[in-house]
Amino acid sequence: MALLTLEGVSMRFGGLDALQDVGFHLHEQQIKALIGPNGAGKTTLFNCITGALRPTAGRVLLEGRDVTAWPAHRMCHEGVGRTFQHSRLFDDMSVLENVMVGRHARTSAGLLSAFLRLPRHRREEAESRQAAMDALWRVDLVDRADQPASSLPLGERHLLEMARALATEPRILLLDEPAAGLNDEETERLATSVRRIRDEGVTILLVEHDMGFVMDISDEVVVLDYGRKIAEGPPLMIQADEEVIRAYLGEELE
Amino acid sequence: MSGGTSSRVSRFVPRNWSFAVLAVAVLLVPAFTRDTYILSIFAFMATRFMVVVGLWLLLGLAGQISLGHAAFVGLGAYGSAILVTRADVNPWLALVMSAVLAAAIAGLIGIPTLKLKGHYLAMATMGFGEIIHILLIQLKGLTNGTDGITGIPPLSLGPLNFSDPRLYHLLVWVVALIFFLLALNLTNSRLGRALQALRRSEVAAQSLGVDTSWRKLQVFMLSAVAASIAGSFDAHYVQFVSPDSFTLNVSVILVCSVVIGGFRSVWGAVWGTLLITILPEIIKRFNEDAVNLVFGLLIIVIVVLLPVKSGPLARLQLLLRGRERL
Repeated sequence: MALLTLEGVSMRFGGLDALQDVGFHLHEQQIKALIGPNGAGKTTLFNCITGALRPTAGRVLLEGRDVTAWPAHRMCHEGVGRTFQHSRLFDDMSVLENVMVGRHARTSAGLLSAFLRLPRHRREEAESRQAAMDALWRVDLVDRADQPASSLPLGERHLLEMARALATEPRILLLDEPAAGLNDEETERLATSVRRIRDEGVTILLVEHDMGFVMDISDEVVVLDYGRKIAEGPPLMIQADEEVIRAYLGEELE
Repeated sequence: MSGGTSSRVSRFVPRNWSFAVLAVAVLLVPAFTRDTYILSIFAFMATRFMVVVGLWLLLGLAGQISLGHAAFVGLGAYGSAILVTRADVNPWLALVMSAVLAAAIAGLIGIPTLKLKGHYLAMATMGFGEIIHILLIQLKGLTNGTDGITGIPPLSLGPLNFSDPRLYHLLVWVVALIFFLLALNLTNSRLGRALQALRRSEVAAQSLGVDTSWRKLQVFMLSAVAASIAGSFDAHYVQFVSPDSFTLNVSVILVCSVVIGGFRSVWGAVWGTLLITILPEIIKRFNEDAVNLVFGLLIIVIVVLLPVKSGPLARLQLLLRGRERL
């Protein structure tokens, strides 16, 4: 069974069909890319999958279970993690604290424990700190742990978003334009991290415009255009697809 | 290292010298003065401090504004006054019952209003505050209207009678300091981080598993409870309540205390409270009417002098704009 299945997902904003009848499967430990021109509905689809938006039609299935329109925090508890296109770091916290927020779903201390610093809370705090450090290690940001998040350059902001999502122990990780604004060296570093994360058992769905990065890293590619899926397949097949070339890739491949 | 009572206490009390200094300083005040006027300023400062700390958790930490917090102080004060003078309820029980009522009302009000952002949340909470104020005046059978309720007895506990201003000072400051300590612990916890995260971006906090609606409601209710308990203490201390003490003006001054103290740390609540309670007393010595004038000038000075891009007012401004988009 596919880990994640989309069935006829549609999203309508007023008179605008942002997504129309989009469906595909995401299998365990795949790296799948979602590409398409600006405004094709890629981020909207992410929002529909992660519960930030409720699709107007269609279903989202997680291991066959209907999770359509579950609230976002619950999707996180179920193992769906994400990053954002325009980074939404907590800039007034340290790098480590940002990642520790990602432990929220895996910890449970309530108001009373926090108020009284009960032993359970202190134990959890220590575990959260350790797990957060582990997540930072996975994206190679350990030496930044105590710096303010606002001090990171763009490339490392993307990595921190990834570490934060990893701290939630996702089974599926959705990355929204992780390579945007990165130089070649940073993109290379990102690709290494993404592959390592996949090898550790996380399934990855990513939106990206950097075609070199997409074709290099993905097992499969889904192409969206005006809210519709126009193609799906391995990178080589997508690069040769007439309709994809017309809609999106254009002269880049000529 | 570990084990034994002292290390147990030191875990609960973070190794925080600033807190120790603050606690010793305020608790020693009665050793130096018997002046009831000075002690009354300190007593009022303690309850105001509780309200401001609660409001700081809501506004400073979680980024949710309330322009109706005077109403929660009023609920506590009137709850205690009515239960004790009319129904002969034990004052401590009345205090707890009023706080539970304030929490319940905060829950009911919070569910629809905390969905709002920025100006809309400010207006909705302001409307709530006004409704309570009007009810305090109009429900004459219960509240005695604009005349207020007199004859509220001072608090007592076994042989201790807190009508003694110095004894009362110790009681109210111990309560306020304990609440401050709890707030310090909270900010430095899983829940504190969740609240700080949702202030910055609700969408990001949700994606990391934070149930933002529930957490906002929780901190709103918590701040209402702090305000209500403070109101109950005030009612027993002054032995009189009237609707004048719970106006929009008071709510605005409470928000100002938080803004003046800054959003960076809950310690801001200390400085905010200090300024907002001491300053009027100093000004009054020169001219009774000048208080509002000086406050107005003070706020203008703060607006002009504080760093525009990073100061607390800039944060308040951003917050009022409700800037997050999806």
